[in-house]
Amino acid sequence: MSQKTAETPESTTEPLPVPDPLDEAAVGAAVENALAAIAAATTLDGLKAARLAHTGEKSPLSLANREIGGLAKEFKAAAGKIMGASRGRVAKALAARTEVLEAEDAARILVEETVDVTAGPRRRRAGARHPLSTLQDRVCDIFVGMGWEIAEGPELESEWFNFDALNFAPDHPAREMQDTFFVEPPEAHLLLRTHTSPVQVRALLERELPVYVLCPGKVFRTDELDATHTPVFHQFEGLAIDKDLSMADLVGTLEHFTRQMFGEEARVRIRPNFFPFTEPSAELDIWHPGAKGGPRWIEWGGCGMVNPNVLRAAGIDPDEYSGFAFGMGIERALMFRNEVGDMHDMIEGDVRFSENFGMEI
Amino acid sequence: MRIPLTWLREYAQVPAGATAEDVMTDLVKVGFEEEAVHRPSDEISGPIVVGVVLSKEPEAQSNGKTINWCTVRVVPEGTEQTLDIEGIDPSGVQGIVCGAHNFEVGDKVVVTLPGSVLPGDFRITPRKTYGHVSAGMIASVRELGIGEDHDGILVLSTLGLDPDVGSDALALLGLEDEAAEINVTPDRGYVFSIRGAAREYAHATDSVFVDPASLVEVTPATGPGHGIRLADETPIYGKDGCDRFVARTVRGINAAAPTPTWMSSRLRLAGIRSLSLPVDISNYVMLELGQPLHFYDADKVAGEIVVRRAAAGETLKTLDGKVRKLDPEDLLITDDSGAIGVAGVMGGASTEVNSKTVNVLIEAAHFEEVSIARSRRRHKLPSEASKRFERGVDPAVAAIAAQRAVNLLVELAGGTEDTTSTDVGTPAVAGPVFLPLGFTSARIGIEFSQEQIIGSLRDLGAVVEKVDGGYSVTAPSWRFDLVTKEDLTEEVIRLVGYEQIPSTLPTAPPGRGYSRVQQQRRRAVQALADSGLTEILAYPFVSKSSNETFGVATAGQERAAVKLANPLSEEFGFLRTSILPGLIEIAKRNHSRGFHDLALFESGLVFLPSGTLGSGSIPPLGARPSDDVLDALDGGIPYQPLTMAAVFTGKDSPVAPGHAPRAWDWADAVDAALLVADVTGVELVVAQGSHQAFHPGRAAQLSLRTGEVVGYAGELHPKLLAELNMPARSVAMEINAEKVFDAAADVIVAKPISTFPLATQDVALVVPADIPAQTVLETLREGAGELLEDIALFDEYQGKGIPEGRKSLAFGLRFRATDRTLTADEASAARASAVELAAERFGATQR
Repeated sequence: MSQKTAETPESTTEPLPVPDPLDEAAVGAAVENALAAIAAATTLDGLKAARLAHTGEKSPLSLANREIGGLAKEFKAAAGKIMGASRGRVAKALAARTEVLEAEDAARILVEETVDVTAGPRRRRAGARHPLSTLQDRVCDIFVGMGWEIAEGPELESEWFNFDALNFAPDHPAREMQDTFFVEPPEAHLLLRTHTSPVQVRALLERELPVYVLCPGKVFRTDELDATHTPVFHQFEGLAIDKDLSMADLVGTLEHFTRQMFGEEARVRIRPNFFPFTEPSAELDIWHPGAKGGPRWIEWGGCGMVNPNVLRAAGIDPDEYSGFAFGMGIERALMFRNEVGDMHDMIEGDVRFSENFGMEI
Repeated sequence: MRIPLTWLREYAQVPAGATAEDVMTDLVKVGFEEEAVHRPSDEISGPIVVGVVLSKEPEAQSNGKTINWCTVRVVPEGTEQTLDIEGIDPSGVQGIVCGAHNFEVGDKVVVTLPGSVLPGDFRITPRKTYGHVSAGMIASVRELGIGEDHDGILVLSTLGLDPDVGSDALALLGLEDEAAEINVTPDRGYVFSIRGAAREYAHATDSVFVDPASLVEVTPATGPGHGIRLADETPIYGKDGCDRFVARTVRGINAAAPTPTWMSSRLRLAGIRSLSLPVDISNYVMLELGQPLHFYDADKVAGEIVVRRAAAGETLKTLDGKVRKLDPEDLLITDDSGAIGVAGVMGGASTEVNSKTVNVLIEAAHFEEVSIARSRRRHKLPSEASKRFERGVDPAVAAIAAQRAVNLLVELAGGTEDTTSTDVGTPAVAGPVFLPLGFTSARIGIEFSQEQIIGSLRDLGAVVEKVDGGYSVTAPSWRFDLVTKEDLTEEVIRLVGYEQIPSTLPTAPPGRGYSRVQQQRRRAVQALADSGLTEILAYPFVSKSSNETFGVATAGQERAAVKLANPLSEEFGFLRTSILPGLIEIAKRNHSRGFHDLALFESGLVFLPSGTLGSGSIPPLGARPSDDVLDALDGGIPYQPLTMAAVFTGKDSPVAPGHAPRAWDWADAVDAALLVADVTGVELVVAQGSHQAFHPGRAAQLSLRTGEVVGYAGELHPKLLAELNMPARSVAMEINAEKVFDAAADVIVAKPISTFPLATQDVALVVPADIPAQTVLETLREGAGELLEDIALFDEYQGKGIPEGRKSLAFGLRFRATDRTLTADEASAARASAVELAAERFGATQR
């Protein structure tokens, strides 16, 4: 892409005659020569050659100018005026041409520097959150926005917190339905919590009333891993204990949360069920407007009015305070909200799974 | 619970044409979730008719078999076939090849005609076989999906049936019925019966319910029946193991009589196999009324029956033929010979009813829930009976159920009722519950009318009296779950309908937002992800050896870990004391799937027991334990700090034009650990470390300023990597995030910013090779004094020009004063005193 061409005026023409500084026509011809050479220059190098030839020390205009010194005093002013104006024209033309050619040159360099932007490397490695933890954060944000607080507790729990404090009688069939991991020795009465409800009891024991807390976290059941079950999964449970809370407040809270989570069209429906820790108890279905295959009701969790025995276990007078609780599964939400089809994907740690979500959900 | 619809219809008003799905849709409104539909007609369809065998010609075949070439009339005699299907003969007589031999000419059989479909999508068409066109099949019970027997075809007379030829066999065999299966929650044991299900169906549909118990007339006893004595001397929780025992006797039965198809088909739909008429009757009554029964061969019972707890060392051979060692807590049915049954769980072999039984002794008893649950668990003997007793059986229905069984034995087995009867024990009667006025409305958020409250509770079977300030409610005998005003409240809204509950949003008091630790955790996890790591969530179940390798720095040292009593896998039977084993498993899984350049992290709890596990005893429910007891409970729970760990394998990025990826190295692992501290404003001290899982020369120990070690980072031990089948040079870090977060300052104090000019000075020191750079740096910082603004290591060199055993470290020092422009001399003097201290400490010389 060489721009070098042999175009310098002196290489192609005879040495130019030096005009008489008082001969306007001759000086004008020299100026015209200079202007023609400047205009003809197509590169900065060519322009430099034209500048040297027409404004350099040996150029006709410079030599003519020098001759002014030898002129009679009365001619000097006229010659000076002629030469000044002439050299000014040339200098102006040079400056203008320089600007044009420099701009062209700069543009050429930018064109030369063109890269294939589709072939560039990613410099910053893209990490990813696990979608279960991102979704859990999203749920927490909604409740914190409602003025609730986030409560947490141990995963390896005392049996009392996991069952007895929640009104599971020692021999009640409901206790067995929880498929519990116990630890050695049995007389330690320790287990992996089967729900995050023990955190609710801890919150009631530790906090001042009223209490509005959300308890997210990992829970454990002795289910073998398959497409829809996993022995380790995540829940969030809510608990509100205040004066005069009713089941209508439970419905309102779930409705508000569900709309934040699934859009304004989302709705909730509750129907009777049984849990030892709530009375009345209910099963929660949500109307998911964005469900795959069209809007529909989806079973999502359990809820109810906190059983007075749970309040008593925390030293709270159930005649003075009442409240509600609810619990939902995060894996399940990821399945119906984000169309995860198989539980294996959530626990196997395949990087493609998390990376698909990145930092979002 | 499976509910056959024909059975439900006897006691509830189920609309004609309603399906099992319709019934389930109604029941879900009152709290029973849908489980499944059982509908034989989904699998079997006609024409399947009753036929009579007209002829049967045995024909020996070359393969050694003998088949029967039969003609079977499938329309009433004197009529013609009306079905117009290819292969069905207009004469009404079908030619059929049959391989079975258990029938004779004149027997009535079930003929599956061409066009019919049998379970397993078995389509019947005329086919050429053994030299005949066989146009249909004479079916066995297995082919019809109603039994296991495949030894021969079904001869209808063996079921006591003599139907008209040509009649529909599907209706005859109960195959047109269907069942709705619902999930019964543990508080509603009474719905493990048609009686309870019909009642709930009536609640759900606001229709009329006929109580089957009310249709049974109990024969007035003419005297005491079989001797029964209740002798529970060690009741559990002070409740007698048996508080009612009704015994009735039926004599002279034909135990081998067939079970009628209406009964066997309902049992089948309910999920219970037909075994023999007496057993079927006991199951039928149990399903209908919810009262488990036990039938004894009266001639095998020796003397008075005593209900008592087992003696130490006592054994019993149960109905399944196994000899069981009994526990002193087991409640037994005994006679003079010893144990003849574990009460409510399983009967004994010695008094079993069989086909030769003539006289039957019927037991209809009420056993206490906990006692049955414990025996069932202890002996791993779940049964239909124990399932009901554990959840509670209506003690008032015992005599009625016994009478129902008596009636069926008389009617179907040809027995004679003994009019004597034994009925001993006094079931506990629950007292009334007080429901204050306004309570239900306040708790639900609906203004209920008095009619709604009284009406709903009476519909349940409760006795409701209006008293001062509220209602006095006596629950029906089958509702053990109605003991508090909250229980009654649930019943009212359940019957009024949960869909009536309005929606109001309560306002929480002003919250404090996320706690400090919650914010720190989220920031740290996000920072790791932002810096290019991928978050994973591994199971916390690990092997003993993993804990011993990763959970403790020094090899061979004991690592106390929590062992699961019932792990899913014995190999991974411990709770993790380190996050790394799970991360490494997942790294390997990704490798096997073709992903070699990995940066993975996990944030989660580890379980670090020390001292005694647990607290020994469990406080009772419904009361707040004392502070001491709560402290003891908490004291027995192992330390479970939030821990963060990362594993890196392969390269930091993929190759690209103009980009050379870099292999992850130990410094990346250290950097990840420092990142967790950096983003939470904590400074960690990095020192040369030693941990058995790490390369002995490439491990950093990470400590707080207090000196407490909080983690390790570096290259994993090459030998360990080889054993684990992990790529060489994989690096990792693990840090106790809880302790790091805890070290964060409450308030960060600003430092004055000097605007005076900076003076920089470099220094290269030659020091012994084993002195950590960090130590030299700290020494220079100390020696330079307060004019030193910052110091950084910019080069490390060993080799030519440096004596053996020494290394050169080059530092850049930045000096600045807070109050003046430093002179070159001042900066040089500070630098000189820094070098002097290093020379004094480690014999450092300037290069």
